[in-house]
Amino acid sequence: MRIRVDPDKCQGHARCYALAPELFAIDDYGLSTVVGDGTVPPGLEGRARLAIDNCPEFAVQEVGATGD
Amino acid sequence: MGEAAPVTAWASDFDVLAPQYLADPFTIWDELRTSCPIAHTERRGSTWLPTRYEDVTAIAHDVDHFSSLQVAVIPFQGQAPAEPVLPYGLPPISADPPLHTWTRRLLLPWFSHRRVEGYEPMTRALCSGLLDRVAGAGGADAATDYAQQIPVRVIAHILGVSPDLADTFTGWVSDVLEFADDPERRRRGVQGLLQYFTTEMAARRATPGDDLLSELLRTEVDGAPLDDRLVLGQAILVLIAGVDTTWSAIGSSLWHLATHAEDRRRLVEEPGIMDLAVEELLRAYSPVTMARVVRTDVEFGGCPMRAGDKVLMNFPAANRDPAIFERPDTVVLDRAQNRHVAFGSGIHRCAGSNLARMELRVALEEWLRRIPEFHLDSSDVTWAGGQVRGPRRLPVVFG
Repeated sequence: MRIRVDPDKCQGHARCYALAPELFAIDDYGLSTVVGDGTVPPGLEGRARLAIDNCPEFAVQEVGATGD
Repeated sequence: MGEAAPVTAWASDFDVLAPQYLADPFTIWDELRTSCPIAHTERRGSTWLPTRYEDVTAIAHDVDHFSSLQVAVIPFQGQAPAEPVLPYGLPPISADPPLHTWTRRLLLPWFSHRRVEGYEPMTRALCSGLLDRVAGAGGADAATDYAQQIPVRVIAHILGVSPDLADTFTGWVSDVLEFADDPERRRRGVQGLLQYFTTEMAARRATPGDDLLSELLRTEVDGAPLDDRLVLGQAILVLIAGVDTTWSAIGSSLWHLATHAEDRRRLVEEPGIMDLAVEELLRAYSPVTMARVVRTDVEFGGCPMRAGDKVLMNFPAANRDPAIFERPDTVVLDRAQNRHVAFGSGIHRCAGSNLARMELRVALEEWLRRIPEFHLDSSDVTWAGGQVRGPRRLPVVFG
């Protein structure tokens, strides 16, 4: 599983970082980026799914998922 | 202010200050969502009220048509002064790009995730101290003795102003937001805030500290210091936005836990779900409604919106939309899919959302640690609404 953050959609809600701090980094303005290339380490898929399903801006996405 | 005429048609004549709306807006939104998802009223000027998630978030993102120059749900009455004291308003909340963009960047680092972690120990100590005072009694007013006391002191700490004035600040903020329909009270609140921060800015310029107000006074943009009137607006914004909103969220959450024993016990037994529970309580009891003003005539969702019309950004109703949330009227503490917009959507996302979230979590953790069992003392709960919804009196009995 691989995830990405769409920088044009992210508004700094930081919900992803709060739910899965292992997978995201945020700057002082709240903008989020994925750690590394966004590949989700084994065992963290559930947290990645939570981050996707809780982003109010639909900015956190699974790479290769429908619509990507 | 006289008695308003009762509402007979919510779709065409809604009133956000009507007693029925204050007590239970949820039923009204549910009916509107299926019959007339964008309601209208001529009360306090032509105003629209979207109730669907899709519409609310679309309007929030359409900054070309919907301006933030007027964000007050209850419009100010009387004539605007020829030379306004705050020509920039309260940026960034009452600003559009480009002013919005750079003034927001001045504030955001003060409310970053990292910075907010630093405010957590003082918040926890504050909550614990408040509970020391009430825990020995058989009960308390969870709104006035607890919820109301927390955010104002955290914000005072960040701004570098005296926590001893907490009650005064709370009074000014409720004059401006909660009693906005009373021109006399609103004027008093505005004057209090303006005079206080004008004096504080002079003092801080003479003796700078490491607080937000001092930092704004030190800030230069394009080689020039910020206009004093802009700093004044930003300082007032931080206080107004950080007080009523968060204490309403804490109060509503405690109301829910006082009236839902199974959720209260679950949260005590499963502290691991606290982060999700905080988001779910924010979804179900979103305190804040903002406004936008229509910039140019536009048809939106079949509604002929005219330049100058207001639109109420009904984030609380969006968060109860069954098209987005399964069983929206049920609080599911560990709800896994929760794209709630309690903090708004788009470029005006609440700049203090990390802080509010931390305060709500810590306030609930400390309360439940000391008072795991409690229930409503009576049905004598009062709710404020309009711009910010939350309980203003919340008597509870411990045990």
